[in-house]
Amino acid sequence: MDPQLTLFFIQGLNGLQLGLLMFLLAAGLTLTFGIMDLVNLAHGSLYMMGAYFAATFIELTDSFLLGALMALGASLLLGIVVETIVMRRLYRRDHLDHVLATFGLILFFNELVRAVWGPAGLGIAVPPWLAHSIQLLPGMIYSTYRLAIIVVGLAVAVFLAVLVTRTRTGMWIRAGASNRTMIGALGVNVQLLFTLVFGIGSTLAALAGLMAAPIVTVQIGMGDNILILAFVIIVIGGIGSIKGAFIAAMTVGMIDTFGRAFLPDLLKSFLSNSAASTAAPALSSMLIYLLMAGVLVWRPTGLFGARS
Amino acid sequence: MVESLQVEPLLAIDGLTKRFGGLVATDNLSLDVREGEIHALIGPNGAGKTTMVAQLMGQLQSDAGRIVFAGTEITRFPTHRRVRAGLARSFQITSVLRDFSALDNVALAVQAHQGHSFRFWQPAQKDPGLREPARAILEQLGLGPRADSIAANLSYGEQRQLEIAMALAGNPRLLLLDEPMAGMGPDESAQMVSFLSRLKGQRTILLIEHDMDAVFALADRITVLVYGRAIATGAPAEIRANAEVRKAYLGDELGEEHADA
Amino acid sequence: MPSATLLRDPRVVLTALLLLAGLLVPLLANNFQISFASRIVVWTIAAISLNIILGYGGMVSFGHAAYLGIGGYVMGIMAFHGVTSGFLQFPAAMLASALWALAVGALSLRTRGVYFIMITLAFAQLIYFVAVGLEAYGGDDGLTIYHRSEFAGILSLKDRTTFYWTCFALMLGTFYLCHRLVDSRFGMVLRGSKSNDLRMRALGFPTTRYRLTAFTLAGAICGLAGVLLANQTDFISPAMMRWTASGDLIVIVVLGGMGSLFGPLYGAIAFFVLEEYLKPAIDLLHPGWGNYWQIIFGPLLIVVALYARGGLDSLFGRSTMGARRG
Repeated sequence: MDPQLTLFFIQGLNGLQLGLLMFLLAAGLTLTFGIMDLVNLAHGSLYMMGAYFAATFIELTDSFLLGALMALGASLLLGIVVETIVMRRLYRRDHLDHVLATFGLILFFNELVRAVWGPAGLGIAVPPWLAHSIQLLPGMIYSTYRLAIIVVGLAVAVFLAVLVTRTRTGMWIRAGASNRTMIGALGVNVQLLFTLVFGIGSTLAALAGLMAAPIVTVQIGMGDNILILAFVIIVIGGIGSIKGAFIAAMTVGMIDTFGRAFLPDLLKSFLSNSAASTAAPALSSMLIYLLMAGVLVWRPTGLFGARS
Repeated sequence: MVESLQVEPLLAIDGLTKRFGGLVATDNLSLDVREGEIHALIGPNGAGKTTMVAQLMGQLQSDAGRIVFAGTEITRFPTHRRVRAGLARSFQITSVLRDFSALDNVALAVQAHQGHSFRFWQPAQKDPGLREPARAILEQLGLGPRADSIAANLSYGEQRQLEIAMALAGNPRLLLLDEPMAGMGPDESAQMVSFLSRLKGQRTILLIEHDMDAVFALADRITVLVYGRAIATGAPAEIRANAEVRKAYLGDELGEEHADA
Repeated sequence: MPSATLLRDPRVVLTALLLLAGLLVPLLANNFQISFASRIVVWTIAAISLNIILGYGGMVSFGHAAYLGIGGYVMGIMAFHGVTSGFLQFPAAMLASALWALAVGALSLRTRGVYFIMITLAFAQLIYFVAVGLEAYGGDDGLTIYHRSEFAGILSLKDRTTFYWTCFALMLGTFYLCHRLVDSRFGMVLRGSKSNDLRMRALGFPTTRYRLTAFTLAGAICGLAGVLLANQTDFISPAMMRWTASGDLIVIVVLGGMGSLFGPLYGAIAFFVLEEYLKPAIDLLHPGWGNYWQIIFGPLLIVVALYARGGLDSLFGRSTMGARRG
């Protein structure tokens, strides 16, 4: 197969992988936002905690799968605790209060991690049973681990789609997104629903964190920058819309991946080598923000957001 | 030969329509308001009165129809431009500036009317050009003693009066009152009716109300709105006698209490 | 009588004392403390600018640190290319900030609520990445500034004390400007728009115009703070415009008391004093634990958000929201 084409497809898969990871993060965020009207800046902290929990449990149990499952459980628990202690007091407040309080949570979690795990980053190794490559097509070799991320990501996406559109819980979730007082009046335990939604969101974030961990560095504050991207995604997609989050996440994943892959060479044709390698990642990040600004100017509530 | 002079109505609404998905809130509505009259708009709940007000003020974009005010077509004007042209509204759900005093609220309305708001240096709260007219309007409505109270601390009835004061402060040509007596007790309603009747002839008012006593006491003409369209327009006596109108109201409000010779 | 009521308000006394203490700092403090105080003063100027649009205007801009960066970078880049005159740098920095604020505001003010917060954040990130991508000016590592702004021999900002008093004077000027602005006709429209934008428009005010003007002005003032900051640290880097810096600015404004005149001063002092002295304070109680002072600071913010939204200003005096003169 033509090497250029192969490269293109591989980057496409990378974009898909990144997009799915971002979707996992964004889905939880858009749900909490859409249903509880909660601006949660600390969502990235749960991503980070997922990775740190996984690192610890994997080392403890010497099994990637077992460690990951334990990490998910711990993250779900953590999410429920955070919701109970902090989040539920914020529901009736305005967004500025959310921003302040969750900003405080970020500082707290970053410091907590530093106190418990130390300032240096941690490493998680790709599990040996996934640490090879697979030949997808003649001449196209792809990392099995990344493929696994894609599979898990797609599975979760399908699960969420089914949950939200075909189950009773999903129905309450969608109803709650439009009118939470109403569903309370209909006898739904709104507080329980909120806790559940927050719990699901936290677990998804943790899943994204632990799956990303072998690829990126597990370090303090790893959630902060990715959080911004997650917010960008849900804003582009429209707050409260899982479909919007999926489409936006895919778009952002593709733009970021293709940008990083092809921009350096493109820039090197008219900039010096060092200037190009400094500018390229910055430029691909900028593209995403330009996209968001553009979408908001055209549709002030995102692609699939509620029109006011 | 003597021909009756047809004076242009101050406000002419023609074929106004608004759809929300499958629901038609305003259905090809036409009505006109003559200068100096109090024109009441009545109709059962859900008839689309508030939607129409929002369309009239430009807070809601209409799907079809024209609005001509004092000879100018204002159909596509943004809200603030319509206000500049001489329209003013009070809100059905009290919408005053809660953190400001009553006087500041009205002073801002006066300031809006005067223009010159891109002034950055002189304190507005000390400007007699704003304070005096504001105080005068508050006195007119009987709110003089409460001028310096924070709006959030006023009683419900006083806040409704403040609503009207703010609408009046801009010296509008047409005053749109959206259920001014909503939630008021009998004494406060009587006070409001007496105040509005003093405005008769001096100001043109489009009055949306449920309180039938008030409507029949004040209105020169009444239009009845049902499911977003005007089913009848005329003098109060005509409307009272209109069979379709009685049917629409199921006889309870317009019925026996007002049935007189 | 106005002067009598004025003295009874504890905040007036407090502010007067703080400003007096501020004047005396260079005479009584050591070098480190003077620099520390300079930093507080510069950030107060930035906080005043944010207070105008956030505290008085109700616009939650999560990208305000961008103007600190723009101001700093304009100065730094000019200095890098040999233009060291403050008479050129200062206006250029403020103009650049104002232009960017105008562009961002024109686009962002079409949105509301959290979308507004996010779009302002996005634009700040945009500028941040522009700075990161500029290899010529240090990229991620930043750029050292070798010459502070020069004012034809009238002022030497190299001298710590002169620099401090210059910043202090500029801070006082900014306070006065803000004071006149928020009580003016323009200010009333801005504050009314925060209270009930729909109502203001129904009164006939094209509120977006006023908010955009305030937004642009706030950008320019923050750009001034940026130039001063670059002078103070002799260094510019993209970190000046990180979103966490914007978050810090919001914290300062809210901590001090939104929509109050001297709130930014209280907030900046509280913020930096906490940052600097909470650590050793904890170390006194529990040696070594001071390193983790943010474990306290974080939850402190949560408590402020939940229970003390009026900030320090409301703690010391009556609420100043809306019309405060009765």
